Amino acid sequence: MSDTTKHFDIVIVGAGPAGMAAAVAASQSHRSVAVIESNPWTGGQLWRRPDAAATPRAGRHWHARFKACKAHLITEASVGDSIAPGHLLVETPASAFNLFYDRLIMAVGAREQFMPFPGWTLPNVFGAGGLQLLAKSGWPLQGKRVVVAGSGPLLLAVGAQLRKRGARVLCIAEQTSLKHLVRFGLTLPRLGPSKLWQALVCQSQLLGVPYRTGYWPIQAHGTDRLEGVTLRRANGATWNVTCDMLGCAFGMVPNLELARLLGCDIEQGTVRVDTWQKTSVNQVYCAGEPTGVGGMDRALIEGQIAGYAVTDQPDKARALFGPRQKTHDFTRVLNQGFALRDELRTLTTPDTIVCRCEDVTAAQLACCDDFRTARLYTRCGMGPCQGRNCSTATHTLYGWETEFSRPPVTPIRVRSLVDLSVEKE
Amino acid sequence: MSTTYDVIIVGAGIVGCACAHQCSQAGLKVLILDQGPVGGQSTGAGMGHIVTMDDSPDQLALTHYARRLWLELAEDLPAHVEFQRCGTLWVAADAEELDAVKRKVSVYQSAGSKAQVLDARTLHEEEPHLNPAMLGGLLIPEDAVLYPPNAARYLVDRARSFGAELRTGVAVRQIGDKGSVTLGDGSSVEAGLILNAAGCGAPALTPHVPVRPRKGHLVVTHRYPGFVRHQMIELGYLKSAHSVSSDSVAFNVQPRATGQILIGSSRQYGDDSQTIHHGLLSRMMAQACHYMPEIGALSVTRTWVGFRPATPDKRPLIGPSLVSDKVWLATGHEGLGIATSLATGRLVADMIVGRTPEIPIAPYSPARVTQENVVHE
Ligand SMILES: Cc1cc2nc3c(=O)[nH]c(=O)nc-3n(C[C@H](O)[C@H](O)[C@H](O)COP(=O)(O)OP(=O)(O)OC[C@H]3O[C@@H](n4cnc5c(N)ncnc54)[C@H](O)[C@@H]3O)c2cc1C
Ligand SMILES: Cc1cc2nc3c(=O)[nH]c(=O)nc-3n(C[C@H](O)[C@H](O)[C@H](O)COP(=O)(O)OP(=O)(O)OC[C@H]3O[C@@H](n4cnc5c(N)ncnc54)[C@H](O)[C@@H]3O)c2cc1C
Repeated sequence: MSDTTKHFDIVIVGAGPAGMAAAVAASQSHRSVAVIESNPWTGGQLWRRPDAAATPRAGRHWHARFKACKAHLITEASVGDSIAPGHLLVETPASAFNLFYDRLIMAVGAREQFMPFPGWTLPNVFGAGGLQLLAKSGWPLQGKRVVVAGSGPLLLAVGAQLRKRGARVLCIAEQTSLKHLVRFGLTLPRLGPSKLWQALVCQSQLLGVPYRTGYWPIQAHGTDRLEGVTLRRANGATWNVTCDMLGCAFGMVPNLELARLLGCDIEQGTVRVDTWQKTSVNQVYCAGEPTGVGGMDRALIEGQIAGYAVTDQPDKARALFGPRQKTHDFTRVLNQGFALRDELRTLTTPDTIVCRCEDVTAAQLACCDDFRTARLYTRCGMGPCQGRNCSTATHTLYGWETEFSRPPVTPIRVRSLVDLSVEKE
Repeated sequence: MSTTYDVIIVGAGIVGCACAHQCSQAGLKVLILDQGPVGGQSTGAGMGHIVTMDDSPDQLALTHYARRLWLELAEDLPAHVEFQRCGTLWVAADAEELDAVKRKVSVYQSAGSKAQVLDARTLHEEEPHLNPAMLGGLLIPEDAVLYPPNAARYLVDRARSFGAELRTGVAVRQIGDKGSVTLGDGSSVEAGLILNAAGCGAPALTPHVPVRPRKGHLVVTHRYPGFVRHQMIELGYLKSAHSVSSDSVAFNVQPRATGQILIGSSRQYGDDSQTIHHGLLSRMMAQACHYMPEIGALSVTRTWVGFRPATPDKRPLIGPSLVSDKVWLATGHEGLGIATSLATGRLVADMIVGRTPEIPIAPYSPARVTQENVVHE
């Protein structure tokens, strides 16, 4: 039984900035702490790398603190299902185990949002993050003509990275207008993470990557693979760019599957938490991107607050309430600055694929009233991505809500469902 | 306003839709109502196996008739109904079950259904991923699978082409003995006849309807085209499905047109919650791994539960209710409602317009259920 059952006082799901910070804080108590991470490496979106020493300074700092703390780290382990309150099913490449906890911190991050437009499913059209991963993994990019399009500060980070790997980044097309952006940029110095933003802009400028605001992709061209993209501006003008690769991302959306499965209240697309980062469900806490996509500083602070709160160290938690407020202000500005323009909701034509796992087109979805009937009649959202992409796309396109999540949280082997023990220890 | 409808059908599950199709095709003016979308309850949760079963002569007559109607309709079904004549393969795990195969083959054949005994070698040729310990099987080649909610939608669209009216998102609060329904907003609509096809919701609308929800779990995997070729069921299913008192699981897998595999099944009374019973789910998956060891490595993308509208004697209720000759029933199909929907629709229409039904209808008459035997075991 012992290798299929583990018990910790505190279980943290996710070893990104939020989860690592939570572990560091929670470890300053006598409670047992475990961190479950589906990736082989810790660090999350930002710092995930085989070699932690290669991460930026903040990353090195937090990796060192995390390593030094007593939390028990289990990598390549995905939380697949919630069996009962206090009981998770976790899958590893070789097997599965039952994980019992007294208190849980969800620090499961966010994912890129894709928007369907004609041609977006052509080969060589990627998510911006996916393109960055390709770059990191050593994919040959030398001399490749690349367009990065969509929205948010990440486009700059991705553009800069691609440039460094020798790609010819023809442009970064940011859908938000200069007016919005200026407002965003102007307010920024009063807020915490300003340096980051400036660094991003400077870096991409220094590398000679043109940053175009108020442009968005309306069509990717090509027959069996990408040959070019048409960008549009608010005044109606279009611009055709011949390119080999296109990386698109329209901001980030929180990962809510686990929170939904556990029954946590969701408000405006984020997990509702109180000042202690506690959700509406007893003993369940949440930190980082699922409570609001606001960058690394927010994730680190919320992670620490949650870590202190679950181990009854309220004073240490309280000391971080002020800094947290600043990051929340930053999140608000970020959301306003990069709000998606309405034109993006009308790019699909009847034969544009909206759910790419199940090849469901916009025309097929026309008969559906909500996400539920779409699932029922077209299987939209029933494929391997479990609706992660099309649920956000259809939310943006049609205003559909995803009211609940069906287990598993992540795809899980049949065998793992056999292995789960149902009796509590 | 005076009555304009001959029949109001309450419930747009596959049974209500099939009845709407047949009634409107027979010239009746039909209104079909559902509180939710078409096929959103049992029909959306079920497996879609068009199976002939021989638990009793009545069951064989109904399922065989129904399958014939599906095969006749097959040509017309649009692609999204995903109708595939993949056949049913009943798997024998021991000598006793192998004996059952030999008995069953003649039962099927005498009812006019193709049936074939498979020895161990042929069984493993047909389904290479089965556990080599399996001894043989019974192949019913004309059985099929389909995607139930789209089948229901197709049937209701056919009904509309014959003039039927569909209203979704309209809850029926009450069915009146004299042929009326009261809607959620308090208004009422009259008709010559009200057909209660509300599935598990039927007993709430008509007294003395002995239907209880029987919960079932299902699992769907990623796409593995060709991993499973037939709908396969263990013959032990007959033993477990019969026990109405205890929870049971059985090996039951279905190849989807998409290459995904549906894995079932479980049967449970007395648990009306939407939550997954992990103990039962675990047993169900263990059973699947026992019959197909390599299924253990396949990736599950979704698990869910649904409810079968079950009667005590495992036969559906089709025809006038005990309450009034203006209130009819078409429900209680338990785990065979998809398969037998077309037959149900045909029988209901026959009875209403006075055509001679092609099979005896007495076994399904709601009149068989008197007050005393309403109790479930
Ligand atoms: C390309 C890119 C560049 C960025 N650049 C910057 C920047 O320069 N500055 C900045 O402030 N922010 C930046 N960000 C944003 C920053 O990465 C996030 O704000 C930060 O990582 C959020 O931390 P987190 O811990 O909340 O989530 P994440 O970093 O996303 O970590 C969540 C972790 O949870 C794990 N996980 C999820 N589900 C499960 C599960 N079911 N079981 C087990 N593990 C699970 C994931 O594998 C992941 O490691 C960037 C993001 C991207 C994508
Ligand atoms: C896990 C599982 C697997 C199954 N596998 C198979 C299989 O392989 N083959 C097979 O043949 N069958 C199978 N079944 C059984 C099959 O799903 C049912 O027998 C069938 O769907 C019943 O159809 P129905 O139209 O009677 O009920 P439903 O589909 O439930 O339709 C009833 C409708 O009535 C509506 N309703 C209820 N009350 C009201 C009201 N007051 N006002 C308005 N509307 C109302 C509901 O919203 C619903 O849409 C399975 C069932 C389950 C749960």
